[in-house]
Amino acid sequence: MSVILETRELTKTFGAVTAASSISLAIEEDTVVGLIGSNGAGKTTFVNLVTGYLKPTSGAIRYRGRDITALQPRQVTRLGVCRSFQIPQVFDTLTASENLLVAVGIAARHGKKPVEEAPEDAAEAMLLRFGLDRFRGAPAGILPEGVRKLLDIAMALAVKPQILLLDEPTSGVSSEEKFALMDLVLGAIRADRVTVLFVEHDMEIVRRYTQRIAAFYEGRIIADGPTSEVLENPEVRRYVVGEAAVDPC
Amino acid sequence: MKRLDRTTFALLASLVLLLAGGPLLPEWALFLVTNSLAKGLVVLGLLLLMRTGLVSFGQGLYFAVGAYAAGMMPRAPGLSDALALMLAGGVAAGVVAALCGLLLARYRGIFFAMLSLAFSMILYGLLVKTSVLGSTDGFNVAARTVLGVAAAGAYGRYAVFALTVATAFAAGFLLHRFLGSHLGRLAPAIRDNELRVEYMGASVRNVVHLNLVIAGILAGAGGALTGVTVGHIDPEMAYWTTSGEFVFVAILSGTASVLAPFLGSILLELLRSFAYEYSPNTWQLVVGGAMLLVILFLPSGLWSVFGRWRKVLR
Amino acid sequence: MGDVLAVVIDGTIYASWLFIIAAGLTIVYGVMRILNMAHGSLYALGAYAATSVVGAWIRGGRAPLVSYALLIAAAIAVGLIFGPLIERGVLRFVYGRDEIVMVLVTYALFLILEDAIKLVWGVESYFITEPYGLLGTVEIGPLTYPVYSGALVLAAIVTGLLLRWGIYGTRYGKLLVAVIHDREMAASLGVNVRNVFLITFTLGTMLAALGGALTAPTVSVVPGMGVETIVLAFAVVVVGGLGSMPGAALGSLIVGLVRSAAVHFFPQVELFSIYLVMALVLALRPRGLFVAPEARKI
Repeated sequence: MSVILETRELTKTFGAVTAASSISLAIEEDTVVGLIGSNGAGKTTFVNLVTGYLKPTSGAIRYRGRDITALQPRQVTRLGVCRSFQIPQVFDTLTASENLLVAVGIAARHGKKPVEEAPEDAAEAMLLRFGLDRFRGAPAGILPEGVRKLLDIAMALAVKPQILLLDEPTSGVSSEEKFALMDLVLGAIRADRVTVLFVEHDMEIVRRYTQRIAAFYEGRIIADGPTSEVLENPEVRRYVVGEAAVDPC
Repeated sequence: MKRLDRTTFALLASLVLLLAGGPLLPEWALFLVTNSLAKGLVVLGLLLLMRTGLVSFGQGLYFAVGAYAAGMMPRAPGLSDALALMLAGGVAAGVVAALCGLLLARYRGIFFAMLSLAFSMILYGLLVKTSVLGSTDGFNVAARTVLGVAAAGAYGRYAVFALTVATAFAAGFLLHRFLGSHLGRLAPAIRDNELRVEYMGASVRNVVHLNLVIAGILAGAGGALTGVTVGHIDPEMAYWTTSGEFVFVAILSGTASVLAPFLGSILLELLRSFAYEYSPNTWQLVVGGAMLLVILFLPSGLWSVFGRWRKVLR
Repeated sequence: MGDVLAVVIDGTIYASWLFIIAAGLTIVYGVMRILNMAHGSLYALGAYAATSVVGAWIRGGRAPLVSYALLIAAAIAVGLIFGPLIERGVLRFVYGRDEIVMVLVTYALFLILEDAIKLVWGVESYFITEPYGLLGTVEIGPLTYPVYSGALVLAAIVTGLLLRWGIYGTRYGKLLVAVIHDREMAASLGVNVRNVFLITFTLGTMLAALGGALTAPTVSVVPGMGVETIVLAFAVVVVGGLGSMPGAALGSLIVGLVRSAAVHFFPQVELFSIYLVMALVLALRPRGLFVAPEARKI
């Protein structure tokens, strides 16, 4: 399998604080990878670095062999690296359907859409795929948080990524609903065989949906490998899983 | 085009109605409607900016650039036709907007408002000191012909009216189409969440820049037509209070429909002509009071009242 | 050499006047996040009130020296009346809305106040020259200056020092800093934000009126005098950084010196120069000289 995304010695410091310390990670195409770690371990910083929101202090990011370290989020996105957000970033005054139409429109302008499909149909198809069709006419600002979360992910998928980074897709969702949500989300994303990298606190979710895990602690990766191995790693059990067990999420 | 939507239908109906009804209007009303529609073009540009989340207190800049460019057109045959003057105004203002946009497109909120105000005041400062352009007095503008008709007399007045109505219609129709396009739909998206727009692969700054240029062209064409209609231009057109009045009409009209800026503009000019008649010193007081009431009670503008009626009647 | 001296002195005088007005504008923005477009009208109100009060006093044949106290008293009165009136009567209904809505609301207030002034004082111009003439003139090298201008510079410095003491040296000032820093946090710690806003807006109004009252003896007080002042004050606070008091001081000096240099050397670009400086500063430091850019957390 070929490597789609790779970071080498990625480091980010804010003054005296090191948010990411020499992170080297290679993600293979067509896999689902989990990023775990307690709050402040550097998972979101990693997502922000890879997608160009933060510029690394040192190190490099490569996407399909191409150096994307210096690119803006917009440019990274156009290449096919997209993300969702921990706090949903949607267009509050637009309806769910219009939100997706904006996404489809941007993708169309960059030539990623089969021309024969009408944009309205593409947006509608995405609504259906995420089970959002009941909400199509409602302004995103008044939708429940879980629905906004789904819409946020649907918008990321609508711009036709090749790798999608999900930042805590299940945060703020009750534990009974988490599995249904993840089935829906991963089902929708994996239908296009998009590579997925997701940040998650819930070890049950990680165990069920990932093939591989990278565990973060204090800005470093302390373990990286097949899911079952990493979850058995004593350091991971002590620093990550132990804390996750008392985590109210 | 598949089918006429409601806005296009209303635009077409207004076009036919105005063109047919124009000859029946008394001279003052013809002038009032022409002048209002010309200024409505500026407000139409503001509508686009407000949909993008930007309030410009400097549209007077493009308004004045358009008017002065029209006024400086050479007196050659063909070039002194009102149509040519209007095109010159629109192009000149578009170029100025493209240049100012290099800086303005980086700003939002009050910084955008203040910087656009500063740009318009720079032009004002230049114009009042430029004696070849008449300094504070400005100069007279006269189109020799209007769409080939001699500009003087009743036919000329109707021709200016018809040109303005046709321009307003074309601008309204094109902007309506633009707002429904992929590119136009980015305007409210940018207003709501710029970060997300960037994270979907579009350049917020380029879109804002484009919208600034479109608004500039509209304001320039409006300024040129105002110059032709009134027959005189002066630096006041670039003063910040002129821009403030455009903002007032835009707030009054709301951003729901491309028809609203023109109706709001006509309403304002009607009110103004009556207010000047009866109580010239309380005009601004009325305008300010109306603006406060609209902001406090009708945040979506007067147009939203129509929407409410429609809901009630249904 | 004489030219340069004149530029510096004229610039300083102009800057002093600008600072008093800009200080009020910037403190209201810093605390309340309101860029007050009606600030220029409050400035005009101060000037009108001062001419009326001092004019009546002088016409009554009473001691002209008291007129200096009356100028200041007029400004304080305008602040105490119009500050609470506008804040309680209008502004409090739009708190929490977008900053640009505040601009629109205060623009509406500006329109209302402009006409209200005309209704009360008419459209004729007013003069009170006594406080100005009384102090005589002083010679600095080859140049002659009215002593009153020196008093204006002094007034600006005293205002600046008082504000500095008020903000950093008093309990109320510390509350202000808390509110400026984080409004929600201050409110949750028991700071009465409502009172802080009321007092701040009254103070801002007072400063605008003081600028007007102190200018009144040197100009003819006419309708529209606030229209130009407000955009100058904007230029000052935007150059210095919105909400920053040292920024207002530096901005005033920059704008004052640039303007007086333009008046002396290139009179045709006078107005133009000020806004050009503002545009240049914004191009290089998007939020002004004294304010750091904001980062957004996602």
